[in-house]
Amino acid sequence: MQTISENLTYNRAGQRVVSPDYLLFEAPRTKHFMTGSEAVKEAVKRASVDASVSYPITPQSEAAHLIGELWVEGYVGVYFRGESEFGVMSEIAGCAMAGARTITTTSGPGTLRAFENFPMWAGTRIPVQLVLMARGVNSPLSIQPDNLEVSFLLDTGCMIWYAENAQDLFDMILAGFTVAEQPDVHVPVVTVVDGFFVSHTREAIMLPPDDIALPPYNPYKAPMPVIDAEVPPGRFLRDPFVMKSNYISYATHASWQWEVRSAIERSRPYAKHYLRGLVEEFGDPSAELVFVACGTAAAQAKEAVRLLEDEGIRARVVKLKTIRPFPIEELKQLVKGAKYIFVPEFNVVGWLEREVRRYLYGVSEAEVIGAPRVAGGMTMPAEVIVKEVLKLTGKEVKHVL
Amino acid sequence: MATLGPSGFSPYPVAVYESLLNPPPGYALMFNEIVEENVAMREAARAMLTRQNPTIFPGPQVLYGWNEEAKEKAKLVKKMGELLGAKIIPMYDYRPKYPKINPAVEINPNHPNLTIWHNRIKACIFVGVHCHYANVALKIIRAETDCFTIAMCGMAGHEDAMITLRDQHIEEMEKFIRIVEEVKRELGK
Repeated sequence: MQTISENLTYNRAGQRVVSPDYLLFEAPRTKHFMTGSEAVKEAVKRASVDASVSYPITPQSEAAHLIGELWVEGYVGVYFRGESEFGVMSEIAGCAMAGARTITTTSGPGTLRAFENFPMWAGTRIPVQLVLMARGVNSPLSIQPDNLEVSFLLDTGCMIWYAENAQDLFDMILAGFTVAEQPDVHVPVVTVVDGFFVSHTREAIMLPPDDIALPPYNPYKAPMPVIDAEVPPGRFLRDPFVMKSNYISYATHASWQWEVRSAIERSRPYAKHYLRGLVEEFGDPSAELVFVACGTAAAQAKEAVRLLEDEGIRARVVKLKTIRPFPIEELKQLVKGAKYIFVPEFNVVGWLEREVRRYLYGVSEAEVIGAPRVAGGMTMPAEVIVKEVLKLTGKEVKHVL
Repeated sequence: MATLGPSGFSPYPVAVYESLLNPPPGYALMFNEIVEENVAMREAARAMLTRQNPTIFPGPQVLYGWNEEAKEKAKLVKKMGELLGAKIIPMYDYRPKYPKINPAVEINPNHPNLTIWHNRIKACIFVGVHCHYANVALKIIRAETDCFTIAMCGMAGHEDAMITLRDQHIEEMEKFIRIVEEVKRELGK
């Protein structure tokens, strides 16, 4: 680990340590053209990361590989390959419990194989960052984009943030460490991005210089002691009171689980600051037709808003940047006056529609429409979204296929 | 059965689900209000000086001399205890105590209610307890006891306590001691 000091000037890689606010909001940026995976590398390069563990699975392999290059270049303290995704998530937990800033990546079946670890991460209050490049988890096996796996992660006790594009992903990774490591938050953050659509496509991205970086993680501010067998109070590990069956252990478990959920709630003000809001609005703010979406579905919905303008229909998009915590108050405010709420999604179950319905129940009179929904690697052309709207209005279809 | 607290039996709903979050820097949380630190410190001192069996629960961060600040804080905790006429019952580690805790001599985050019930503690201060364990304990205490809880936290605070003082370091603890002395004089103690 890097030396912990409030007055540290340079990190292990020789980069100048700057505040998260400076790195995210104030440092001059220059334009680059790169894939989402390369954006991960650029973010990790500026994040004073202590440890990363990798395992190959499509489509996150390239991001994991590029973090390995950063280790060779001296930007990442420790880097190795796990025995499996389960091994990776366990090993990264060990690194984090020992006081390291850690990041790893996975996708689809890898997420499922590692799954037991995610609630364990949250329960042990480690601020691990997982970049999840969402991919199908269905059978027959698919390596294509699909975000069904996110629905499984919703209640693991991890924060879930959703990036729309490579720029979002770059900024969210840096903000993710900053928010997850706040002493009163200190739970893992899963930064989700749609596999292939973002990980494998190139786009313009604005980057701050690479000779500055986040301050190193200070594990002595963690809400649990780090493992340190030599120096008290480090010997206090997480004892398995789960093994005891009595009222006391039940009450402790209940309190512990509420505490993990409370920690996610405490992240709201920090996330609001570092993400510049938990939601983003696009389009005509007075439009009665609203798309609520995250990730590339939000990007496609924005295109649909432009196409609908040509049809004489005013619409807007509410892009959700965080799913856990869910931006409840923001959503309630932004859908005031809405008559129709479309929730376009890249999965068959409509988990985001469920979330939207849950939080708007009894609050909004708008009709919630869980469409369009594509899955298994299908794209979601903006015209398909437009078609759904036109079906509702009964208007003649001009643009659509 | 001992007295239950405001939420009773189960820690749910925890404070954040009642829209309480930790106070911003420079402020304190008193019940459900953000107040000036001085105001909260006075109320905390009053609670400790007027309720039955006031007790300080120091945690590992002030019980072990792992840095100079910890050693200094430990002395201040002792002084605080003497001024408040409070017992000091340590939370010296976080392991659940089986088969049975001795609630007369220690408190544990996994079953803090036992120590509070046994000693009939009606006001307490948590200090030097790692945030996660303080939060787990405070939720149980809030549910299962009628104890007035005060969290003196070196970090961002604990919204499940009835009074939350955040960023409490040596200077702030000295300030609290001065306020205790004032309140004590006002109460004629």
